[in-house]
Amino acid sequence: MTILFFILLIFMVIAAIIAVETKDLLGSVICVGAIGAGGSLMFLFLRAPDIAITQIVVEVLGLIIMIRATISRDLTLITGDREFFGTVVSVVIIFVIFMAGIEVFGTLPHFGSPKFAEVPGSPSELYIKNGLRETGAANVVSSVILDYRGYDTLGEVTVLFTSILGATVILRAKSRKLVEEPDA
Amino acid sequence: MKGMTIIVKTVSSWVKVFIFLFGINIVLFGHLTPGGGFAGGVILAASYVLLMLAFGRQFVEENLPLGLASKLDCIGAFMFALIAILGIVFGGSFFLNFLFQKYLSGQALHLVSAGTIPLLNIAIGIKVGVSLFLVILMLSISCKGRE
Repeated sequence: MTILFFILLIFMVIAAIIAVETKDLLGSVICVGAIGAGGSLMFLFLRAPDIAITQIVVEVLGLIIMIRATISRDLTLITGDREFFGTVVSVVIIFVIFMAGIEVFGTLPHFGSPKFAEVPGSPSELYIKNGLRETGAANVVSSVILDYRGYDTLGEVTVLFTSILGATVILRAKSRKLVEEPDA
Repeated sequence: MKGMTIIVKTVSSWVKVFIFLFGINIVLFGHLTPGGGFAGGVILAASYVLLMLAFGRQFVEENLPLGLASKLDCIGAFMFALIAILGIVFGGSFFLNFLFQKYLSGQALHLVSAGTIPLLNIAIGIKVGVSLFLVILMLSISCKGRE
């Protein structure tokens, strides 16, 4: 199983390098999508299907926005040379993340016995043990984010609501003043 | 600028139903299977975005007008807060799962179980779906206005 993670990690690193280095903006966006698909597959093989579904779906919507943004401009090819220093720094950072990933995969605990739950009386242990009995939800993730940690989800909904409110007000086609006073 | 070719329109008019039903499935069974309100809501938004790309913005605005979308957005957020406040009324604590503990415990691993968790999932699904749809609609409108 670990070899699969290494293959996925190498795939994602290569896609990231191409996304940084290529001169075609559309190809760069597609490489970003490849990174997202690799991340989703990795979450799936790490047995976190909730996160895998959310990752792939949000990635698709983000890609649609980015492709619309690049295609609607005439110029999809970058002209001129790239800055040498920025390229070197980004490649070095990608390499460091790759090495850190190799280290992390060596220390992963087995499925169903997370490191947090080894401490007696810790919240993770209580959630895993009592989740079905106390909330009735078969999906432990759902019982945590909507019952035990409902405040966090309330904060998330509030942040989303406020940001959409701001976007709706700012991005109107016509401001209200122009509608009321067409002469002004 | 009236959408794409007839091939894309035909295929997307078949596929849109399945995407929408899959989103509803993910939202409704969020407390039993992987998924939940957020992922299902994004899938619901994606079905409308597919329609917007294939048929043009005008078609989508006739089906889900801007005013109705804003109202649904507010209804989702209000429903979430209302269920949380009902916990105070019926059980004495904010965000209490009063349905499961007192009134309708249901049977584990069945659709009617887990009390308020499916209701909260539905609220988040409406909220997230309409919100992301509004974001893309707003971006499209503002791009059109600038040209």
